Amino acid sequence: MVTLRKPKEEMRYILATDVGSTTTKARFFSNESGEWRFVIAGEAPTTVEAPYEDVTLGVRNAVREVEELTGHRILAPDGSGIVVPYDGKIGVDLYCTTSSAGGGLQMMVAGLIKTMTAESANRAALGAGAIVMDVIARDDGRQPYQKIQRIRSLRPDMILLAGGTDGGATAHVVEIAELIKAAGPKPRLGAGYQLPIVYAGNKALQPQIEKLMGSEFALTLVDNIRPVLEVENTEPARRAIHELFMEHVMSHAPGYTKLMKWTDVPIMPTPAGEGMAMQLIASVYKENVLGVGLGGATTNVYSVVDGRFVRSVSANLGMSYSVTNVMKSAGLPNIVRWLPFKIDEEEVANRLMNKMIRPTTIPQTLEDLIVEHAVAREALRLGLEHHKTIATRLKGIQVQRTISDMFEQELEETYIKMMIIDIIAGTGGLLSHAPRRIQSMFILTDAFQPEGVTKMFQDSVFMMPHLGVLSTVYREAAWNIFDKDCLVRLGTVIAPAGVGKLGDPVMTVELEMPDGEILKEEVKFGEIKRINLPERQDANAVITPQRGFDVGMGPGHKLEKKVMGGVAGVLLDGRGRPLQLPEDEGLRKELLVKWWQAIELYPMDELKELI
Amino acid sequence: MKAKAMEREERVSEEAYAYTPGLKVKRAMTITKTRRLPIPGEVFVKEGDKVNYHDIVARTEIPGDPEIVKVALLLGVEPEDLPRYMIKKVGDKVAKDEVIAAYNALFGLIKKRVPSPIDGIIESISDVTGQVIVRGLPVPVEVDAYIPGEVVEVLPREGAVIETNAAFIQGIFGIGGETHGEIKMAVKSPEEALTHDHIKVGDKGKVLIGGSMVTLEALRKAVEVGVSCIVVGGIKHRDVTTFIGEEIGVAITGHEEVGLTLIVTEGFGEMKMSRRTFDLLKSFEGYLAAVNGATQIRAGVMRPEIIIPHNEFFEQSSMEELSAGMVPGTPVRIIRQPYFGAIGKVVSLPVELQKIQTESDVRVLDVELEDGRVVTVPRANVEIIEE
Repeated sequence: MVTLRKPKEEMRYILATDVGSTTTKARFFSNESGEWRFVIAGEAPTTVEAPYEDVTLGVRNAVREVEELTGHRILAPDGSGIVVPYDGKIGVDLYCTTSSAGGGLQMMVAGLIKTMTAESANRAALGAGAIVMDVIARDDGRQPYQKIQRIRSLRPDMILLAGGTDGGATAHVVEIAELIKAAGPKPRLGAGYQLPIVYAGNKALQPQIEKLMGSEFALTLVDNIRPVLEVENTEPARRAIHELFMEHVMSHAPGYTKLMKWTDVPIMPTPAGEGMAMQLIASVYKENVLGVGLGGATTNVYSVVDGRFVRSVSANLGMSYSVTNVMKSAGLPNIVRWLPFKIDEEEVANRLMNKMIRPTTIPQTLEDLIVEHAVAREALRLGLEHHKTIATRLKGIQVQRTISDMFEQELEETYIKMMIIDIIAGTGGLLSHAPRRIQSMFILTDAFQPEGVTKMFQDSVFMMPHLGVLSTVYREAAWNIFDKDCLVRLGTVIAPAGVGKLGDPVMTVELEMPDGEILKEEVKFGEIKRINLPERQDANAVITPQRGFDVGMGPGHKLEKKVMGGVAGVLLDGRGRPLQLPEDEGLRKELLVKWWQAIELYPMDELKELI
Repeated sequence: MKAKAMEREERVSEEAYAYTPGLKVKRAMTITKTRRLPIPGEVFVKEGDKVNYHDIVARTEIPGDPEIVKVALLLGVEPEDLPRYMIKKVGDKVAKDEVIAAYNALFGLIKKRVPSPIDGIIESISDVTGQVIVRGLPVPVEVDAYIPGEVVEVLPREGAVIETNAAFIQGIFGIGGETHGEIKMAVKSPEEALTHDHIKVGDKGKVLIGGSMVTLEALRKAVEVGVSCIVVGGIKHRDVTTFIGEEIGVAITGHEEVGLTLIVTEGFGEMKMSRRTFDLLKSFEGYLAAVNGATQIRAGVMRPEIIIPHNEFFEQSSMEELSAGMVPGTPVRIIRQPYFGAIGKVVSLPVELQKIQTESDVRVLDVELEDGRVVTVPRANVEIIEE
């Protein structure tokens, strides 16, 4: 339980930082007139590596920038850190931080069956904000010696071990534990301490696990992650991971012992903070959310569907360090298909390789920007595909099938269906730095292909992790800042699911605008329209899809719904779902230009010069 | 202690406002290399010792791989009864095929034997799973000096720090690990591509310097001949992919076993090697160089390197030196389209943000190129050429 230094109602200033792998970002908030607002950002290079090896130096530099920009002093003159609470002249009332420096939290997970306990353990570790280096299971297709070699070569920060329901499998679970013990994995941050292991398997085995592993590892026993097959209980494991992250991992990273003393709120892994922010959106709107953090090295996808929170991380899909891995995974033709101009595939490949080796460069030409946007669509598409393999129904349970199910090939594993997603929220450098907001809205639309009526958000300045960690101790302040200063309402996408012939009618949309005006739009297949509806304004919509097209009420059925305005407005997307780009190169390019022109995606004069 | 911390802090804040320093191309500097074992072991050198490339600095043994034997299952007994049938106990040494457990029944009519799969030591016997773990014999690991020089510090049980005076050139990307060889110019100018005709049988063991790029045929011939390393300005994405046998996903390299070490100094595609780099390498033709292609761009940036030890120049400059940042007159290289690879001098650094063609508002600088043109580019798209 966190004890705050001042009652919430007396607080005036809050500081939050995120110690990222390259940059430390400070965000300063204040409550001047009864309302919490974002004031200013300060940034400085992270100082986790040699020659500095002390993260607090980077934190101090970022905070110093805040001080210089605001004139408000936060750091103690004697160099002892951040002054908490505010004494009338200097300091802040609350300081909290997230961290992903030095590689974040890297975990190995193990379970008995790949699709059951190992999968649950994987979800728990991901949900806690970890990068999962490998998932070991009895049936993962590797021989014991291969597993041992793999475990020996990994240097995780922590291991999560699951297996068996309560009172279920015994010997096989101990076998996995023996395998781990024999491999003797060493912690990543030095050999001078014991590697933390969280055991979240069959409860009946706790004494045996204790006997086997207790002396060589820092062992924590928690409630079973799958007490019975029908239930997944990740919360105790997630909580234990966060505690161990502070006690064992962070305390061995350079400078963190000092940083831990500066803050009253436990340091959280950055993706865990980001995940909290996504959960905050879902809980305030009471709707299903699909969120994404498209970074330079990784892509994190979050979903909150019917209250169930799942995170996936595609560790090697990103826009700078990992940009060539997107090319490798998606294939060059899939990137080039988003380009309406002629460019040699090899030239695109060379450019992406050059971006990888010089990750901090930015596109200067429109052509280069469009190439990066094409890569972003593919990174997001692959990130969502990966997420769907994590966000699955629990396996190992008997599912009752109806007659109609019998005709379907197979019961789909994931429960992520775009029709049930109400909100899409994006964050990350490429999306927030897109020169026109419509670009990030359209990139998200092309990649995720929302169906029905979907609200689109993105963050203004990168501060979702900051607000996520803040929400754990002061939810009201976090939400107010989130709502007013962080969440940019891009607008709404209305997209019927279904496929037709180019030019055939898809839907009619009647919008009652805030001023009472009624707009009526007919949308044809392969067409896209954009309607201006400013941020913080709504319109009442009556959407009538044609037969064979569905906006959420079943094919051909009318939907009446309030639609949210935004900086990019309302997008009427008649391109069909699944979205298919024509095979014919000429037609594909023609359509891309037509769409882009219709929604003013890029400056058209410059674009025409490229075509 | 406190003074040192303050000094460090000052340097940090200074760097916060500086720009990404470029790659190092230095004629003479003191190079130190820490040669460390993965786990503690024995160190063979002492402070003041002179070492050469291949000299072993330290040695250790890492525990062998464990082998899991399902003994109870093989004998057909219950796990809890296993200890009764074990011939070998925990800690016993065993040879490959030596019997470690046996089961006799019906006056010897049923005989079951379990042999050890490897030479090793019995590490554990489990009465829960019925498994026995045999630990393989230790595997020796050695660390060599990599560069010739003097031992300036011994890290007890871990390794040593070697120091030498050398020319030092960093590449932007490489493949393959540590090696060394004599420097030989394979082309006449930095604009010339290194093709298979340039590679001769006598180039075995050499560090070959190319110009604007190396072709796939040249790489293959170099491997055939036994060239140690190739240093070039650029390489085509398609060629490097075919040569390694897979697409490069993330830039963590150095472990490829492709028959040679490759160091790229400018980037991908055909890229003229910077004149400075080319001339510097040329002036050391015939010298021995230690090279390493290992590249890691994320977290603790590691770039490929060429170290040419010599005793001819003694101007000192420290490797820890931080860049002073950019001012008018600073030589820079543009590292992104539309002027990728162009070299010039900073003319001015406007404070205000400027709109570029993408419509982004960014901080820019004006650069005078070698051909006299003055162009405006985002500050993020240049790197300082360190003098």
